[in-house]
Amino acid sequence: MSGIIGKKLGMTSIFRTDDKTVKQIACTVIQVTPNVVTQIKTEEKDKYRAVQLGCGERKEKNTTKPLLGHFKKANTTPKRKLVEFRNFTKEVQLGEVIKAEDIFVEGDIVNVIGISKGKGFQGVVKRHGFSGVGGQTHGQHNRQRHPGSVGACSFPSRVFKGTRMAGRTGNQRVKIRNLKVLQIIPQPEYSLLLVSGSVPGAKNSYVIIEK
Amino acid sequence: MNHIIKAIVEEAYQERRKSIPDFKPGDTINVHVKISEGNKDRIQEFKGIVIQRKNPNTNGETFTVRKISNGVGVERIFPLLSPSIEKIEIIRTGKVRRARLYYLRGKMGKAARVKEGRTLEKDKKGETKEAN
Repeated sequence: MSGIIGKKLGMTSIFRTDDKTVKQIACTVIQVTPNVVTQIKTEEKDKYRAVQLGCGERKEKNTTKPLLGHFKKANTTPKRKLVEFRNFTKEVQLGEVIKAEDIFVEGDIVNVIGISKGKGFQGVVKRHGFSGVGGQTHGQHNRQRHPGSVGACSFPSRVFKGTRMAGRTGNQRVKIRNLKVLQIIPQPEYSLLLVSGSVPGAKNSYVIIEK
Repeated sequence: MNHIIKAIVEEAYQERRKSIPDFKPGDTINVHVKISEGNKDRIQEFKGIVIQRKNPNTNGETFTVRKISNGVGVERIFPLLSPSIEKIEIIRTGKVRRARLYYLRGKMGKAARVKEGRTLEKDKKGETKEAN
């Protein structure tokens, strides 16, 4: 596996012509500022192989001293977001700068991981896709979006564990699989990655793109 | 929208946007659409009144053209920047007082007319351009 950290900028659409049919494809624009290798974990030392990448800038005064030492080892400035990738397929050196075009080519199928938008306390219809009670007739009122019965009868006379109920929704790590890299736009300071479809998270939040 | 998306991703479509005449709701236009049947490419024309332009100045901008075909009202929505649109001609400009001409849907014949609007002048290339 290999991957990179980016920042979700927003969505737009582009036109593609394949086999004479014109398609308008919705896509998410992800800004990939150069990532820095901050740590390389090896089998001998850490019992598994992984590469830690850092992305974004963090003020030195807001960085703890242990972390400052960690960044100093990689000979780089403090980074805001650190992500570990297990079994990184690309050979990298400590402190090496990785860009989007080093890892991806247009047409790649990727997975994108982000933290979904928090939606607060939500009912079962929004949270679990329940269909509600179903109608207003037959004596029903005031319970259109209710979950219905959660338990059974005198047996088991309790509610089973894991029964889906209302609660805090969103703000979770979500992985969207099989998105296509439509376009890579290299720029001197950052590169833009156009990925088909939508990606979890708010604008300006960090996302992980893995291949 | 994010300024980087605007400046870099959508900038690629600016050339195409410039080649499209500036038509407005109420104008009668003729849209030349490329259609491929098997190996052959064919141009189909769709002539009617523009009743709305949606999501302006984005890549997703669309416009709706309404015409009466055999006594039945037909509306077609086109993506403005779609490469399948060969050409857009302004035939007649219209003077209207709103941006979305949904009121035309309930009207037929004489009642569904739109007053003639701003004048267009032809430049040397023979393309119609809006007069100042």
